[in-house]
Amino acid sequence: MRLTLKVWRQKDPSDKGRFVTYEHHNVSEHMSFLEMLDVLNEELTLRGEEPIAFGHDCREGICGSCGMVIDGVAHGPDRGTAVCQLHMRRFKDGDTLTIEPWRAAAMPVRKDLIVDRSALDRINQAGGYISVGTGSAPEANAAPVPKDDVDLAMDAAQCIQCGACVAACPNASAMLFLAAKVSHLGLLPQGQPERHDRVLKMVEAHDQEGFGGCTNVGACTEVCPKEISQDFISRLNRDLVRAKLKARTA
Amino acid sequence: MTSNAISPPAPAPTVPFDLPTGPAPMERLLDGQVPPGPIEQKWERHKFEMKLVNPSNRRRFKVIVVGSGLAGASLSATLGELGYNVECFCYQDSARRAHSIAAQGGINAAKNYRNDGDSVFRLFYDTIKGGDFRAREANVHRLAELSVNIIDQCVAQGVPFAREYGGLLDNRSFGGAQVSRTFYARGQTGQQLLIGAYSALSRQIADGQVAMYPSTEMLDLVVIDGRARGIIIRDLSTGEISARVGDAVVLATGGYSNVFYLSTNAKGCNVMAIWRAYRRGAAFANPCFTQIHPTCIPVSGDYQSKLTLMSESLRNDGRIWVPKTPGDGRNPADIPEPERDYYLERLYPSYGNLAPRDIASRAAKRVCDEGRGVGPGGLGVYLDFGNAIERLGVQVIRERYGNLFEMYDRITGEDPYTQPMRIYPAVHYTMGGLWVDYNLMSTIPGLFVLGEANFSDHGANRLGASALMQGLADGYFVAPPTVGDYLASNKLDQVDADHPAFREVEQEARARIDRLLSIKGKRTVDSFHRELGQLMWDDCGMARNDTGLRHALSKIPEIRAEFWENVDVPGESGDLNQSLERAGRVADFLEFAELLCIDALHRTESCGGHFREESQTGEGEALRDDEQFAYVAAWQMNGSLGSPTLLKEPLEFENIHLAQRSYK
Repeated sequence: MRLTLKVWRQKDPSDKGRFVTYEHHNVSEHMSFLEMLDVLNEELTLRGEEPIAFGHDCREGICGSCGMVIDGVAHGPDRGTAVCQLHMRRFKDGDTLTIEPWRAAAMPVRKDLIVDRSALDRINQAGGYISVGTGSAPEANAAPVPKDDVDLAMDAAQCIQCGACVAACPNASAMLFLAAKVSHLGLLPQGQPERHDRVLKMVEAHDQEGFGGCTNVGACTEVCPKEISQDFISRLNRDLVRAKLKARTA
Repeated sequence: MTSNAISPPAPAPTVPFDLPTGPAPMERLLDGQVPPGPIEQKWERHKFEMKLVNPSNRRRFKVIVVGSGLAGASLSATLGELGYNVECFCYQDSARRAHSIAAQGGINAAKNYRNDGDSVFRLFYDTIKGGDFRAREANVHRLAELSVNIIDQCVAQGVPFAREYGGLLDNRSFGGAQVSRTFYARGQTGQQLLIGAYSALSRQIADGQVAMYPSTEMLDLVVIDGRARGIIIRDLSTGEISARVGDAVVLATGGYSNVFYLSTNAKGCNVMAIWRAYRRGAAFANPCFTQIHPTCIPVSGDYQSKLTLMSESLRNDGRIWVPKTPGDGRNPADIPEPERDYYLERLYPSYGNLAPRDIASRAAKRVCDEGRGVGPGGLGVYLDFGNAIERLGVQVIRERYGNLFEMYDRITGEDPYTQPMRIYPAVHYTMGGLWVDYNLMSTIPGLFVLGEANFSDHGANRLGASALMQGLADGYFVAPPTVGDYLASNKLDQVDADHPAFREVEQEARARIDRLLSIKGKRTVDSFHRELGQLMWDDCGMARNDTGLRHALSKIPEIRAEFWENVDVPGESGDLNQSLERAGRVADFLEFAELLCIDALHRTESCGGHFREESQTGEGEALRDDEQFAYVAAWQMNGSLGSPTLLKEPLEFENIHLAQRSYK
């Protein structure tokens, strides 16, 4: 296969950045998208040019390191698929593809296709945990958890924190990411004592980091590699209202 | 704390190989510092005998933790909760992306919730036997004891383990065990356990107890007066190199499977931290114990960047087979039952498709060597769910393995619901690692090593669902008191980053990077890595022999020499430079590979994942040589790379009878 790639190149956070066009003549349909870029990078290196920086690590769709916008769609055209699991058989010989990084003020570009997602870690630090020190846990089967609850919690807990939901959102909101974390812990009995406090603190941290608000567009779920449901945002909103009312009456 | 578990050494065997260069290694014995007493009381007694640090004094100590996977994150969080100052470093852009996250199948624990005869002793027994009697009994028993606490801790953190309709925890079976003791969260158990540890870590970061440094790589270890006192780091965003000083250093940096280039490890996994520690004096134990996982998606082309594992849990319901006739190129659906060879069920009827990993991998290699392999190049076997779907229905199979089936479909373009998966073994885990004593301390005082980075618990072969168990046991429960004991027992001098030793090591790290960038040769970093990986797979992979290992030992220094003359590393040092990161890692793999082959050449027996063709039974099974090799081989740097010193820790089996492993 032959492809024309328009790739965003940006030396560092202060660089303005630009698209550079590459003709890639050495693509097999069995390659993953990232392997296609590996091959291009090897060619660039041998030509004396600097290879394209892109985030990646496990290449199994679970570490959440990778992420790029392909023709306007975060993680590319396959639903429920991180870009490392996207394969070139999805594309046609002669295609032109535009490849760019996530774009959001709260996640600035570090280099080329790599962005700074540390804001998401800071939101977790604000309350994305159950306060249980090592050694203080009760026997695991002491408290049964209904299977449906734990299955739903697991649906939310699958989030890989890649940031695609932010990239797809017209408001650059990280609400799906946040809702997944709040729902995962809030659905389990262990998460109840801190449930209201958690949602208040995490939403506050989210807003302080400069992410936008959610206006129920739903683009987040469309691109989520784990297909995390927008319903979790409704769940978060219910928790948030309850927590605020509780805080007011307290 | 002196040991009585280690008996006088056996008569020294003659050194069974000629090293390619330098003098023959000298022998010394290592003491694992195993506490006295009956095995089930050792850890309890040892916990009492260890010194404690007063809560108000803990804040005066700083512990450096490198790596934020299950072991590193759980240790950092726990030390933070205790009140120590912790600095934690990882190369990923978030602590939660460490490679533990990719573990699919599950975590073992001796809860005996199934009432199927499990116990702490049985988990201990299975792990020692599964490791082909090359692990230290006392460590493994402690691991089995702690396994039950891990599940409690993780559930309390909110890890959404699979449950039954009554709301209690579910289990499944894994290879090498006849009980059901594996806890799981769909096919994403590693992810959920790591998120649990990461959330505990996040709480400590918020409390100011842990300072987290993501996108940071450890370049070297600093040893002062024989003790580990700090590390040299590179900020991977800015390229800035600096020194970090601490009272103890903990390496939890994972394994070295990527020495083979193609493995199931993440692309960034590397040997740098433990290799630099080796170069500074830490002994490296059993590097030749590498695990080849039987169920991975086969290689599809020369652009292949990594291999993808299909969880061992698939072997609960999938049946492995190849055609009986070599060269049978028919579509699998057209091959009738009598013409199929379900070779694991035939050879190992009591374990069947759940034979341990080393045994299942070698059996796959054998049938492919006989020309009965399937798919491109004949390097594959079928993993067939046809019977299971008939018996249980598509819905049940989808619930159990849906995400794995989707992943397979995405990568291969084939639908495993309608045609059998094609799988082939791939390098997956490394049992070898830095030598540690019972306290998880290396031969450098103050340097602790946890998780896959150490050698301690899995012997020559790890059982499925035991890596997660070990990482979390080390981090949550073992290292917190042993690190505390070290800090309480030793008076350390005040040092800072201006100490000449820090200055010198930092200067060396800078010079190395400058040199990599200045070569400006004609070959890419990856081309060297691929060349090394192919050589290692051919000569030191699933089967090893004297000729092949000597060939590898002659080639590795050549590749390494060419690398340092002809590699092209583009870009600059003061910048985010992924080529430079890879170059540093590959440079270390090119040194480490030699040690791996030296160890493989010296161990002329077969055991676990280490299969020497010269040492097999009439049926082609691994044949151990307990007379000569019932010891841990720990290598210490001794001047040049090609002539390390061999230190031995004799292995004593007081509780489990040494026996030839059988899964028939």
